[in-house]
Amino acid sequence: MGILELRDVTLELGGRRILNGLTVDFWEGHVHALVGPNGAGKSTLAGAIMGLPDYRHLRGEILLDGEPIQDLPVDERARRGITLAWQEPARFEGLRVDKFILAGAKDRSRETVERVLGRVGLDPDKYAARAVDKTLSGGERKRVELASILAMQPRVVLMDEPDSGIDVEALTRIFDALADFKEQGATVIMITHSQEVLKHAEHAFLLCDGRIIDKGAVGRIDDYFGDNCMNCGHTNVPTRNEMAAVSE
Amino acid sequence: MSSPTREQVETARELLASLGDLGAHVKGDDIAHLEVHGNEVVGAHLVPGLQVDVDELDDGIEAWIRVAKGVRLAKPVHMCFGMLPTEGLQRIVMHVEAEEDSFASVQAHCTFPNAVDITHKMDADVVIGPGATYEYFERHLHGAEGGVIVVPKTRVHVKEGGRFKTEFELIKGMAGVIDFDYEVDCDAFSTLDMIARIIGRGNDRIRINETGHLNGEGATAVLQSHLALRDNAFAEIYNTLTANAAHARGHVDCKEVVQGNAVAKAVPVVEVTHPLAHVTHEAAIGSVDSKQLQTLMSRGLDEDAATDLIIEGLLG
Repeated sequence: MGILELRDVTLELGGRRILNGLTVDFWEGHVHALVGPNGAGKSTLAGAIMGLPDYRHLRGEILLDGEPIQDLPVDERARRGITLAWQEPARFEGLRVDKFILAGAKDRSRETVERVLGRVGLDPDKYAARAVDKTLSGGERKRVELASILAMQPRVVLMDEPDSGIDVEALTRIFDALADFKEQGATVIMITHSQEVLKHAEHAFLLCDGRIIDKGAVGRIDDYFGDNCMNCGHTNVPTRNEMAAVSE
Repeated sequence: MSSPTREQVETARELLASLGDLGAHVKGDDIAHLEVHGNEVVGAHLVPGLQVDVDELDDGIEAWIRVAKGVRLAKPVHMCFGMLPTEGLQRIVMHVEAEEDSFASVQAHCTFPNAVDITHKMDADVVIGPGATYEYFERHLHGAEGGVIVVPKTRVHVKEGGRFKTEFELIKGMAGVIDFDYEVDCDAFSTLDMIARIIGRGNDRIRINETGHLNGEGATAVLQSHLALRDNAFAEIYNTLTANAAHARGHVDCKEVVQGNAVAKAVPVVEVTHPLAHVTHEAAIGSVDSKQLQTLMSRGLDEDAATDLIIEGLLG
């Protein structure tokens, strides 16, 4: 049994079905990847698991440790151990990095701030008193967000495109954080379009048109990248055969 | 100023105690301070280069403050104005002169811990000499009832190369009624930095009028007002900046977060009368940003705690 289970989850937004009867198990302590074309429903799935307001009106069940959580608000789900790293982290005018990190930290000490900032490659002496605002680059904010999640010691981490908008050095630090989550026994669910990121997963799901169309070892799902897309009948992204037909 | 009586010392102690940690400033011979309760000076200590003369009025005090030419006060001057009773009027009339090339930083704390019906008025005129810097940070600590009417009116003239920085902050207790009115004239190559940070709650009524006139070449100014309003609070903000000389530069920034039934109105006015001057403004009024809120809630904070943290950052 997975730590987190989705049972026949369907979600419509603006009259369009985004998640289409999804049934998925995420295993405890595993790093899962969610891959698929734009519009497949990956970020929506993360939002639905986190309970973000726009994604609350779903049918089906989301179970954490076998308990339904689909009616719980975001903060209650977070207190039960689920959290989300946004693809584009929020900016907070005037809010100091150390206060942001400690807001949800298990251990609210200065040592925690130093430890987690150090882990994502940011010097605490330089960054702790800075604001989480536009003076930080996108990559720095992404690392600060990861630091705050490390301090929280969650059980389930949803990471929406952890590699977007960051340089190689920052990506290395993000992989370090990923290793820490795994060491803490957390379950990680990464949304990615990157083969490099996918390599750090142990298990992957291929999502298309709101459905899981394939799942298994990373090597198996990796073929998706080579083939552009699998033939699932989804009209959003042309399949390899369709692409070939057009070029002919 | 004569030595305070035992009764005045006790009043000063009580007044400072209401400031919490902020009241610990009076220790040290090298720290200048002045404590005024109602219309009575209950404590004072001066340092070389700082001259303070005070007349007690029926309803407050009139003070003449002078920082002598070239004197640079190493430590902030602490002023505490307040009233311990529940009702009354305190009027502070202040004449400040920071002479050429002097430096002074004043931390003024206004405390009305038991206020039910108190009016605190300040009428100040400030002249900042050439090359001088005068900083004035005014922090208000009110009680939970909000029964205070605060009316600070200040006129400032910053002479060539001078600098005036002021912050008005009320983030603890209920504001009551605030009618804030600062107007500053800036000569050539002078600098103005004016910030108001206020949290309004309950039925608070807040009016901010910040005005800067960049009259001299190369004068610069930043006017900022950041407010967070809850419940039935109402605020109107008028930020006016005029630029009348070559290379004058200014920016107006008004941010207000509104919750519950609170209402905010912002009127930024920028007026440029010289082709080589440049002034910008931005005003944003809205609820707490949803993405910020969801981010903090996804760390386990409930909505109220997340909102408080966001506002603390905005006003911090």
